[in-house]
Amino acid sequence: MDVEQISIFLENQSGRLAEVTGFLSESGVNIRALALADTSDFGILRLIVDDNETASRVLKAKGFTVQRTDVVAVEVPDKPGGLHTILALLHKGGVNVEYMYAFVRQSGDRAVMIFRFEKTREAVRLLGANGVTVIDGNILYGL
Amino acid sequence: MIYDIDYETLPKEAMEAIQLRRLRSTLERAYATVPFYRKQFDAAGVKPLDIQSLKDIKLLPFTTKQDLRDNYPFGMFAVPMDNVVRIHASSGTTGQPTVVGYTARDIDTWSTLMARSLMAGGATRGDIIHNAYGYGLFTGGLGVHYGAEKLGASVIPVSGGNTKRQIIIMRDFGPTILTATPSYALHLTEVAAEMGTDFRELRFKYGIFGAEPWSEKMRDEIQSKLDITAVDIYGLSEVIGPGVAVECHEAQSGLHIFEDHFIPEIIDPETGAVLPPGHTGELVFTSITKEAFPIIRYRTRDITALHPEPCICGRTLVRMDKVSGRTDDMLIIRGVNVFPSQIESVLMDVEGIAPHYQLVVDREGNLDTLTVMVEIGEALFSDEVRRLQHLEQGISQNIKEYLGVTARVKLVEPKVIARSQGKAVRVIDNRER
Repeated sequence: MDVEQISIFLENQSGRLAEVTGFLSESGVNIRALALADTSDFGILRLIVDDNETASRVLKAKGFTVQRTDVVAVEVPDKPGGLHTILALLHKGGVNVEYMYAFVRQSGDRAVMIFRFEKTREAVRLLGANGVTVIDGNILYGL
Repeated sequence: MIYDIDYETLPKEAMEAIQLRRLRSTLERAYATVPFYRKQFDAAGVKPLDIQSLKDIKLLPFTTKQDLRDNYPFGMFAVPMDNVVRIHASSGTTGQPTVVGYTARDIDTWSTLMARSLMAGGATRGDIIHNAYGYGLFTGGLGVHYGAEKLGASVIPVSGGNTKRQIIIMRDFGPTILTATPSYALHLTEVAAEMGTDFRELRFKYGIFGAEPWSEKMRDEIQSKLDITAVDIYGLSEVIGPGVAVECHEAQSGLHIFEDHFIPEIIDPETGAVLPPGHTGELVFTSITKEAFPIIRYRTRDITALHPEPCICGRTLVRMDKVSGRTDDMLIIRGVNVFPSQIESVLMDVEGIAPHYQLVVDREGNLDTLTVMVEIGEALFSDEVRRLQHLEQGISQNIKEYLGVTARVKLVEPKVIARSQGKAVRVIDNRER
C-alpha cells in the first residue's frame, strides 16, 4: 500500500532540473510521475521512480538534498465528478491533503492520483472503508 | 597540564613587575631603531622614559594596520636583516599585505607560546598532531608546527587542502589532536562522511581551532561531530601569530593571554579611551619581548572584553572573551550595526541548520538590503513548500528580533556556498563605496 516518493530541493536556476533528470537517466532510473512546486527562489521536485534506492543514492552523492516521503496512490474513476467524490469524502472525514498530482499511466480504465496527506494512515483507512482503491507501491512502480 | 608552570601561574604583582621591565626595554629599543616609532612618540610628546608604570601605557600613540602598510615591506623591523631568520605576511585580501619578521629568539619565543597553547588545549608530548593550518606566509601552519615540536609531540605537517588525502591520513596515522580553522574542521567531517568515515571513530581527543571567529554554537557542533574537546586559539601575525591567547580545555571559557609577552588593553574604538576590565571594546596589544618586530599599542580591530578573575585550570593569566566580531567586519545595514557572528548565533539556534551561511549586502535604490543565504540540509528539508517558507520566515523574524535589521532569508542547496580551505567568506558586500 505504501508508495514512496523522492523529494529534491532545487534552487531556481536554469538547467538544474535537467541535471536531476540527467543523473537519473545515466543510472537507469525511470521516472513514473513528477510534480514541481516552486516559489520565487526555490523549488521542490517530487518524483515517483521505479528504483528509489538508486535514485536517492545517486542524487545525494551529487550533493542534492533528498528526502523520501510516504504518499498514497489512489484510483480515481475517469469521469466527471470522479475526483470530486474522493475529495469530498476526505473533507467529510476531516483528512487534510497537503498536495496532490496526477500519475502518468492509468490503472485499467481509471486515472491515478498521488496524494500527500497530513495523516497518511487515517486517510488510507477512510478511503478503504469507502470502497476507493489504493494502489500498492510495487504495482504502481510497474504500471 | 601547564607547560610553563612558573610564568603561567605568576601572582599579579610579579607579572606586572616583569611586564613593566620588559615594556620599558621594548620602548627604548623601538624608539632607537624604528624611525616610525620615533616619529610617532615625538609627535605625541612622549619619551620611553616617561613610562613609569603600566598605567602610563595610555600615553603612547596607537599603531594601526595602515601604519604597517605605509612601512611595507620592512620599515617596521627593529633589527638588521642579518638577524632576521623568518618572514611572514598577511594574505593582503583587504589591501596591501603586512609583513612581519622574526629573529631566532623570536621564533623560540613563539614556539614556546605555541607549546603552551597546545598543552592548554589538551596536547601532550605523547600526542600526534594533525596540523591542517596552511603552511606558508600565513603564520598558522608553521606556528603550530614549531610549537608541536617544542612540546615534543609528533606533528603531521599536512597543511590545508587535498581534503580526501587528509581523511586517509587521519584513518591510517591515528592523530589525536586536530589543529585547523573551525570551518575547515567541519568541512573535513563532510568529506569524511562522503568517504564513509565517521569522525567519531577516529582517535581525535582534542582540537585547537582559530584564525577566524567562531561561535559557541559552532563549538557544540564541532565537539559532537568530531567527538572531541574543542578550544579557541587567538593570534595575529602583527603581534606574533597564533599563540597570543588560548582557551584551556578545563574551562573552555575565555582565552588566557600570555601576559608575560603581550600587554592587552581594551579601548573604546571611537574615542581610543582605555576601558576597565569586563567592558567590551577593541583589543589592543603591545609586545614586550619581540626583537625583530616590536609592536606598540596595535589596534587589532577585534571586539572582546578582558576578565582578570582566576580560572579553574590554575593559570593566573587574564582571559579575553571569544572574539565577537571585528570593527571592520561590522556591517552597517540601514544604520544598524550587524556583526556576521550575531547572524551566525541566530542561525545556529535553529535545529538542524548547517553552519554554512553567507551574507549578501546590496543597495536597491537608496536602501540597503541584506540577504542571508542558508544551506538546506536533510534535517530541515521538507517536501512541503509552506514548511520551507515558514522556516525562511522564522529565521528572518529571529534576525529582526535579535539584531533589529530586516533580512531576506534564502535557502540554497548544500555546498552552493563556497567552502574555503582557509578562512570562510561570510560576507559579500555589493554596495558601492
